[in-house]
Amino acid sequence: MKLKELADSLSLDIKTPGVDLDREVTGGYVSDLLSDVIANARDGFLWITLQVHLNIVAVASLKGLSGIVLVNNRDPDEETLKRAVQENIPILASTLPTFELVGRLYSLGLRCR
Amino acid sequence: MSDCREGCFFLTGKDFTNAGAASSRLKGMLEAMNISGRVIRRAAIAAFEAEMNLIIYAVAGMMKYYITPEKIRIVLEDMGPGIENIELAMTEGYSTAPDYIREMGFGSGMGLPNIKKNTDELNISSVVGEGTTLEFIIYLNK
Repeated sequence: MKLKELADSLSLDIKTPGVDLDREVTGGYVSDLLSDVIANARDGFLWITLQVHLNIVAVASLKGLSGIVLVNNRDPDEETLKRAVQENIPILASTLPTFELVGRLYSLGLRCR
Repeated sequence: MSDCREGCFFLTGKDFTNAGAASSRLKGMLEAMNISGRVIRRAAIAAFEAEMNLIIYAVAGMMKYYITPEKIRIVLEDMGPGIENIELAMTEGYSTAPDYIREMGFGSGMGLPNIKKNTDELNISSVVGEGTTLEFIIYLNK
């Protein structure tokens, strides 16, 4: 599934203008612990989190994630967005709480495997 | 892949702005050397965790890398508080990180166990009040 399609279906707010969303999302992972994501997320996964600081970009970049979705209308730091654009990592935001958002991603066919 | 490479990144404690940069550059280097994806994934996880540990806990330090056709060897040396009980520090879930670090999603007590899981050899030596040396090796054909 393309990130662009997910963003449209779930009305995600695109926080990183200019970063291409035409990329394949191979699965999803939810965690607010960075080591957990580092250990368990896989290449192409979409990461759902409430963390908004700069280091989420480093994690996503290192793991080759397809993007980051912030939950509950969390507003990313200015520095985070700047870095995300530099590193070509899409950051999107949802008004939904994690439980709701992940339920919808799951029903759209996204899995963690 | 027949060439060897070695070098060093300098790391500054609490510099969260550049945290992860050394591991990213190392990963890029390994990719350019055509090392297998599986080895690169393991090395990237271990390097990132070690780099973050140094940035979270130490004043300063360095990450040295030695890449040969047989193995990747990474050594992190820091000037930091040292680890009082290495066995305890290796326990999953154990952490001495302060609250503000935990709020960032670090300090979950998974770092050292993650390094252990993704490497073939891990050696830690530490002197409390002086610093820690952490060395790990990943074999390329294992």
